[in-house]
Formats: sequence, structure tokens, C-alpha cells
Amino acid sequence: MIFKIAWRNIWRNKLRSLVVMIAIFLGVWSGIFINALSLGMTNQRTENFLSTSVGHIQIHHPDFLEENKLNFSIPNFDELNNNLLNINGANISNRIRISGMISSANGALGGNVLGITPEDEIKVSTIHNGIKEGEFLGEYKKNRVVIGAKLAHKLKVKINSKIIVTFQDQNNEIIASAFRVQGIYKTANTRFDEMNVFVYRQDLERILQSDQLIHESVLWMDDKIKVDSTVTALANTYPNLKVRSWKDIAPDLAYTDDLMIQMLYIIMIIILGALAFGIVNTMLMAILERQRELGMLMAVGMNKLRLFMMVVVETIMLSLISGPAGLIISFFTVGYFKRNGMDFSAVGQGLEDVGYSTIVYFEMQPSFYWSTLVLVIITAILSSLYPAFKALKLNPVESIRGL
Amino acid sequence: MNQFADYNPIIMSIIKTNNLERFYTEGDVTVKALNGVSLNIEEGEFTAIVGPSGSGKTTLLNVIGGLDSPTNGAVEIANTEITNMKDNELIDFRLKNIGFVFQAYNLIPVLSALENTEFIMLLQNQPKEKRHARAIALLEEVGLKDQIYKKPNEMSGGQQQRVAVARALASKPKFVLADEPTANLDSKSTGDLLDIMLELNEKEKTTFIFSTHDQRVIDRAKRVITLEDGKIISDETK
Repeated sequence: MIFKIAWRNIWRNKLRSLVVMIAIFLGVWSGIFINALSLGMTNQRTENFLSTSVGHIQIHHPDFLEENKLNFSIPNFDELNNNLLNINGANISNRIRISGMISSANGALGGNVLGITPEDEIKVSTIHNGIKEGEFLGEYKKNRVVIGAKLAHKLKVKINSKIIVTFQDQNNEIIASAFRVQGIYKTANTRFDEMNVFVYRQDLERILQSDQLIHESVLWMDDKIKVDSTVTALANTYPNLKVRSWKDIAPDLAYTDDLMIQMLYIIMIIILGALAFGIVNTMLMAILERQRELGMLMAVGMNKLRLFMMVVVETIMLSLISGPAGLIISFFTVGYFKRNGMDFSAVGQGLEDVGYSTIVYFEMQPSFYWSTLVLVIITAILSSLYPAFKALKLNPVESIRGL
Repeated sequence: MNQFADYNPIIMSIIKTNNLERFYTEGDVTVKALNGVSLNIEEGEFTAIVGPSGSGKTTLLNVIGGLDSPTNGAVEIANTEITNMKDNELIDFRLKNIGFVFQAYNLIPVLSALENTEFIMLLQNQPKEKRHARAIALLEEVGLKDQIYKKPNEMSGGQQQRVAVARALASKPKFVLADEPTANLDSKSTGDLLDIMLELNEKEKTTFIFSTHDQRVIDRAKRVITLEDGKIISDETK
């Protein structure tokens, strides 16, 4: 009967109850919507960053990271490579990495020249997917280069234009070599596009007259969870090399990733906290209106626990009608934008400058929906306490205004 | 010490009060709502407590019903002194022993007549079939057989008050306290309600204690206690 009374009481003042229910519905929906958008943006930024060239794990000569000299290549590379090929679920690309000057007839800019084996590279990066003009490196053609759209724009070069790459060799001699633009790529990170060009590894080996100059081994793990254990194992096996996970390479991204989960809950708690005041206000008004009735209930013998429970049940019902509705609708909304993405092209340039995609694909952990449901229930229970205690303090005689 | 030691107990007394005092402070003034009320009500009485406004009728019913505590004196219901009971004990005591009928009916607006009548029995944890059968029987007895599924807002004042009587009797209380039960009713409804209550009083020996201004109620009461300034000034049994 308490449940029946509580349920019917909710509909005594339909407008007031509906206002609260809509507020809870919108609060839950918007909380999950914003969180899914944020999580999608953050994860995409991380994935963009990792998939453009960083990968999950990188291995270098320990001094290469400090001085970036050609001589600091990975020692005993063949042995390392054989071992890397035996790691289950790992895709490997070995790169020659040179810092140099990239110039055209219209200008010059500093940047990185990455000597790659295309069939390996496409397993660890998505640069090939971002080709806007021409094509990515594939079947070998001598001295071909793929450059970023931003760099192409700055150097005013097109497909088949010639660019000159200038750098110091192992003996600190300046070498300049001409490459023809085979493709122009575009990633979500314009800074990356401006700084990096890709050439065949064998071209650089020929120019540098060495086939043992690998500076960077990049691993892309099929299962991201295996990254930490693989890094630990490799670091133990090769103490003379610098083995780093993406979290070591980009600690800010790793921190953002970790923080994001906490942020999701903080945002939801703030929203529900604000809603709690609305719920409390509504229930206080309801109790004020029903003083006479509550006084009568106490007079005829409804004990305090039952009275308390009646208010608590009513408050929880009020919250739980709309909270799950908000969850279900947000589930479908997030699902839609997870499949189709939300287009932020209008502010695309600003987003790309800081590594975000212009089309954001929403993401949300399924467990977050359940956690939100629990949070809604907790909010409802907490919101019910004050009105329920207020009801308990009513004096039956005063409430009835004289028996 | 038993506060009723010097009082002359009557066999089958259901309510005994001894020298009840209830004082209120309003600003600097002390209002003596009850000023030494001693009375004895037996099982099966049909008693009206009358008196002008402010004479202490409602206060007396509140104190007898355990809704208010006396400043001094004691109340004994069916040989149990309730004056020193704690809140929760009093609530439980009221549930088991006292039926209430209020001036403004005070039915639960979201429940039907049947559910309102069942409600007290539900609080007593009576089984569903039992409370359902009794509620229907009581509503039939008060002439509302055809109205059992109606909500209070679909019923007249007289019908609501009859539901309130059925509700008060549902728990089989030792007595029913009714505060101005006819104050909001027209003549016909008042007559019908009094007929029902008198019939219940005579057939089932249900004890009724009213506070009232209504001469029609006073005329049909079997005992009339008159209060003035918190004191009993007359006590007539017809």
C-alpha cells in the first residue's frame, strides 16, 4: 500500500512532478551525452596521436632521444627485429629517422624524414588512410616522398613536385637529396602534417650507404592491454635500449586518459547534485501541502518508520521514473553518434591544431550506464532524507489543526 | 504512585482521566486549556463533549487520544496509563485502541473508499483477505456499498465522513474519538451519520466520544459533558 500511495501521490500534482522528472531526464541524458562526447574526443585524440606514427611501443638507442644523431641507431638490430617478430599480436615497423631541412622552390622548413618500409608501416600507422592527393608509398619507385598537407601548402608543392631534403650524414657531412612528391596526407593533427615526410627506407639506406641504420622500432599491439607487459619484458631483455610505451612518450595523453574516467563521474555527480536540490524542493513542497494528511496518518497509527519510508519511496519513484528513461535515450543517442559521428567542421581548424578530429565518434563504457543508474538511486535516496525527516518532525495535532 | 489511587474506579471503564491539566503559554499569558478534568467513560457510551469555543473540548480529545500530553494529571485507557508513553509507543497504542474521525474527514485522497478503510488494518498487518472483507462489510454498514471504488473527491462530504467512520472502526478500536464530525455536513448528512453511529453504538457496543457544537448531535447523545474554561461544569446522562 505504501508503494501504491507513493506512486499515486506522484501524480497528484502532475505538472510539478513532470517538471522534476523532465529535469532528471535531461540531466542524466545531457550528462551522458557530454561525457560520451568528451570521451570520444579524448580517445580519438589519443588514437590519432598513436596511429599517426607513435604506435604503442617505441624502441630507440638511449642517446638518440637526447641528440637525434644518425649514429645513434639501434645496435644489433637484426637480433632485436627477430625477437620483435616473435611477439604475439605485435605489428612492427622499423624506421630511419632523420631531422633535416625540407625545401622547395618556394621555401624551406625544418622537419623529420622517416624512412619506412610501406608494407610494415601501414600496420602500425594510419597515414596511408589520410592520403588526400596522389598515393601512399607502395611499389618501390626511387626517391619518392609523401608529405603532409600543411607542409605541402607552405612549400607550395603539388603531386610530382620536387622537394629537396637536406641533412647531416654519419660523418656530419651535409647531404642534399631530391625527392618527388607521390602523395599528400592529412591527419587530424596539422602540427604533425607540417613536420613529417615519409620516404622509402631503401632510398635513405642508399643515400647514407648503410643498411644498419634503424633508429626507431615501432610496435602496434593488437591488444592495447598487453602494452605494459610487453614494454617490461623488452626493457628487461634489452637494458641497453630505450623501450617506451605510449604513456611514457606522451604522459599528458596518458594522464588525460586516466583523468577522463574520473571526470565522467565528477561531471555526473555535479549534475545529479544540482538535480538533488530540485528533488528536495519538490518533495518539501509536497510535504507542506500534505501536512494535514501526514498528521492524520500519524494520529491514526502510522509509525515513524512507515511514514519515513513512504516519503523515501515516493522520492525514489519520482527519480527512478525519469532517470532510467534518460539512460535509455542517452544509450540510443550515444549509439547513433558512435556510428555516425558528430561533425564539428565549423570549428575544425581549431580542433585539428590541438590534435582532435573534426568528426567526433562518441564513446561510452557500458559500465558507466549502470554506474549512473546507481548514482541516480543514491541521489534519490539522499534527496529523500531531508523531506522525510521534515515529515517526521510534524506534530500531528498542529498538522490536523486540532482533533 | 498510581495517580488513580484516590479516584473511584468504575468497573468496565474504558477511559479514566484524573485531574487533567493542560496549560499553553501564549506570550506572557498562560492559557489553561484543561484545568483539573477528571472523568470516567464506560464501554458502550455515546458521549458528547460540548462547550463554547476555547472551552477545552478539542484539547481534551487530543489528550485522551494520546495526541497531546497533559501538563499534569493522567489518562488511563483500558487500564493502561498512556501519559508517560514514548512517541512510538503512543502511535502503536493509538493504532490498536483508538479510532479517529476528524472534522475535515482527512481521508487519503489518492485511495478509494475501500482502500481508505483497509488502510488502518494494513498498518495492523492484517492479512489481505481479512481486511478486504471487513472493509467491504463496514462500508456496507455505513451505506456505501456502491461507492467503494470511489475516491474522496468523487464523494459528498457526508459520504466521506461515513468512510471516515468505517475507517475508524476498521481496526476494532476500544473507542472512537470524533472531533466535530458533523461540522462540515448538511442536515441530512448529519442525520444519516448520527443514525449510523447510533446503530453501531447500539448493535456493536462501539464507544463514541464526540466534541461538538451541533445541537442535533447533543440531542441524540446519551451522555453530555459540558466544559467551560477547561473545567467540567456539567455531566448529564440521559
